[in-house]
Amino acid sequence: MTISEKSEKIRDLKTKILTGNHAAAHALRQAKVGVIAAYPITPQSPVVEKIAEFISKGKLNARFVKVESEHSALAVCCAASATGSRVGTATSSHGLMLMYEMLPWASGNRLPIIINLATRATGAPWSVWTDHQDFITIRDVGWIQMFCMDNQEIYDTNLQAFKIAEDPRVFLPAIVAYDGYILSHTMMPVSIEKQDEVDNFLPPLEHHYNLSDISVVKGIDPVTTPYLRDRSSEGIAPGYFEYRYAMQKALENSIEIIMKVHDEFSEKFGRSYGNGIYKTYLTEDAEVIIFAMGSVASQARNVIGQLRKEGMKVGLVSLKLFRPFPASQLRALLKGVKLVVVFDRDIGYGYEGVLSYELKAALYGLKESPFIKGFIVGLGGRDITDQHIKKGITKALKESEKGIISHETDFIGTQLELLSEYDEKEYFKGGL
Amino acid sequence: MVKTMDLPEEEYILPGTRACAGCSMALIYRIALKALGPNTIITVPASCLTVLHGMQGFCTTKVSVLHTPFATTGASASGIVASLEDKGLADEINVVAFAGDGGTVDIGIQSLSGAVERGTNFIFACYDNEAYMNTGVQRSGSTPPGAFSTTTPNGKTGYKKNMAKILEAHGIPYVATAISSYPLDLYQKFRNAVEIKGPKYIHILAPCPPGWGYNPKDSIEIGRLAVQTGFWPLYEVIEGKFILSKDSQKFIDPAKRKPITDYLKAQKRFKSISDKEIKQYQNYIEAQWNEIEKRIKNE
Amino acid sequence: MVDAKKDFQKILGSVQKPVKGEAGKTGTWSSKKPIIDLEKCIPVKSGKPSCFNCWLYCPEAVVTRTIPPKIDLEYCKGCGICQMECPVKAISMEEVKIE
Repeated sequence: MTISEKSEKIRDLKTKILTGNHAAAHALRQAKVGVIAAYPITPQSPVVEKIAEFISKGKLNARFVKVESEHSALAVCCAASATGSRVGTATSSHGLMLMYEMLPWASGNRLPIIINLATRATGAPWSVWTDHQDFITIRDVGWIQMFCMDNQEIYDTNLQAFKIAEDPRVFLPAIVAYDGYILSHTMMPVSIEKQDEVDNFLPPLEHHYNLSDISVVKGIDPVTTPYLRDRSSEGIAPGYFEYRYAMQKALENSIEIIMKVHDEFSEKFGRSYGNGIYKTYLTEDAEVIIFAMGSVASQARNVIGQLRKEGMKVGLVSLKLFRPFPASQLRALLKGVKLVVVFDRDIGYGYEGVLSYELKAALYGLKESPFIKGFIVGLGGRDITDQHIKKGITKALKESEKGIISHETDFIGTQLELLSEYDEKEYFKGGL
Repeated sequence: MVKTMDLPEEEYILPGTRACAGCSMALIYRIALKALGPNTIITVPASCLTVLHGMQGFCTTKVSVLHTPFATTGASASGIVASLEDKGLADEINVVAFAGDGGTVDIGIQSLSGAVERGTNFIFACYDNEAYMNTGVQRSGSTPPGAFSTTTPNGKTGYKKNMAKILEAHGIPYVATAISSYPLDLYQKFRNAVEIKGPKYIHILAPCPPGWGYNPKDSIEIGRLAVQTGFWPLYEVIEGKFILSKDSQKFIDPAKRKPITDYLKAQKRFKSISDKEIKQYQNYIEAQWNEIEKRIKNE
Repeated sequence: MVDAKKDFQKILGSVQKPVKGEAGKTGTWSSKKPIIDLEKCIPVKSGKPSCFNCWLYCPEAVVTRTIPPKIDLEYCKGCGICQMECPVKAISMEEVKIE
């Protein structure tokens, strides 16, 4: 392809230079969401500002409900979805946590709502900078959770997320996450596809609910009992347990659908993200594999070339799909690897990094299971450097050679030693 | 004035619900649905009305209902309205939020305030039984002073929020008070609300036999006393214009009002009310009617 | 009947359909039931649609606005409101066995 051909193609694709937030907004526009409800929060706000601009300029024909809280934002989304509209929103950190009550309401009600999450640390104390604590905190609410590594991926994943969430075999809400500031406010080239191509990939929503059809009288989400309810001739209704069973099964089965939708997307638009659930980089011959998500994986990718030059066979698995956790795929992928080093930009407080213990659980009982070592990095937006990654790998290698697996949380990148008045022993004496 | 025969004969509640015998909320809902008709979508937070609507698989009304978590009634209605607008059906379907006092004046106040401030075209109806009855009679922001509840065993101290005034302060086109004991007035108010675009709020006092401590057969009479003593004036505020409802008009004359003790002594929840608190009620009623008189004169 | 194991994809959100007697035969809640003395009942006496307070005030929608008014005792919870609201005291609460 000549340069002029290339630039022609670029113009044809309408490549724009966009922040991650605006990439998300363009995806919501092209998904033709009917209802959006959102509340401002840093660093997500530009998503909804852009949406408001699209609507005011007539580029998007949607109802934008400017709510008074995130709790109401997701409540509006739930009601609008149950009434039959395609809905989406965006939030961060405290906003997501304020939504918490409505998260399992959306999944339990099987509403295909999409949330864009510009990740941000959770208070107290206040921090507007990224880490993945908000994202992992909602891991048990029944949502599909996906993480992106660049702005194109944010756009592409949003379009896929609607298709996945609205699949009749799935009907579950999904969250598309990307690091606050690192992606949310950083400009990158993003290919915005033609609307008819997007329409072709993502047909209009055919919802299992349609409250707006008043000819069919129904109650949605009433009180359930622990048991089935049998009214003989009038029918038998599932109990709470059956709903939750069905939800879990739909989540488990969605992995296959997520991969298929990804493949369909990449065939159509020519962009792919590994197999749609994780991306691998130089893993074929790797003896050491770094396992990370989002900005952490991006940083780790930088280091691999250097380490390979030094003779270390290192590869990277960046996780895209966090829920449902692709355990069996990861078991197959990581079987026989000597060492997996996990970098978590989050903690399951009181235990260890969440990716670390999720991976350990996934690989439990596997013959030739790798040695898994986890590190906590970059909380509250602390920069993660090449040195941090190298330090982690060196330390993990040492431990794995000794064969001692410790469950202690290892932090890399704290600067406790620079706090002159801080005496670690004294500080941790506590009440003893 | 609407007459009994003017009400639609059609019932929108199917008999055999879980509501208590003599439940005034059931009557309020029955009359309201007659006024709203079949082109209606209801949204309901956790409340006694959730119970009336029935459990898994089977419901009790001939209109659709969307159940929603406690704090979200106003937002839920907003979501339905937004979706109907998205589908071009907004002019054909009434969206009505029906919440208890807890779901309105306490946990629901924020999403209600937000929904009306946005100008959402819907009716928010609060049936006010003056405590958390569905969870076993705990006090709410709408429980009146001196009333027993399981969390105010010596009677509530503090005030009852005047929610109709709070909503009026939002500047919305329609605010009304009503009560189950005057079903024709209640019916007319829902009819009036349906005809007005924008946010509408109707606050309906809802006597509760087990929560207030009286015999179910007296549900209507107790509510009538609330009006006749002047405690619960029935009125509408349409586009800012105050209209005292017909059933309350004569009580502008203090001599026509029954003593508040007739109302209080008829309910076990006020069993240990003190003379001082009774005096408080008398002062409250007097001040309330002075204000009403002023408003009528000014208009 | 839904086979949850095979048909879990059909089990989505929890949806209700309308039925009469959702809570069962609520007439069994009370043994006292309203009986109308048709000789006193206003619409029966006048032969004209009138009064119908029993219909208007019933919280349960178990009274018909017909001449004479009929009460569905299978679902009437026996609250006694109609007795109280009848202006000519045509209604009395009596022991009626509901099965």
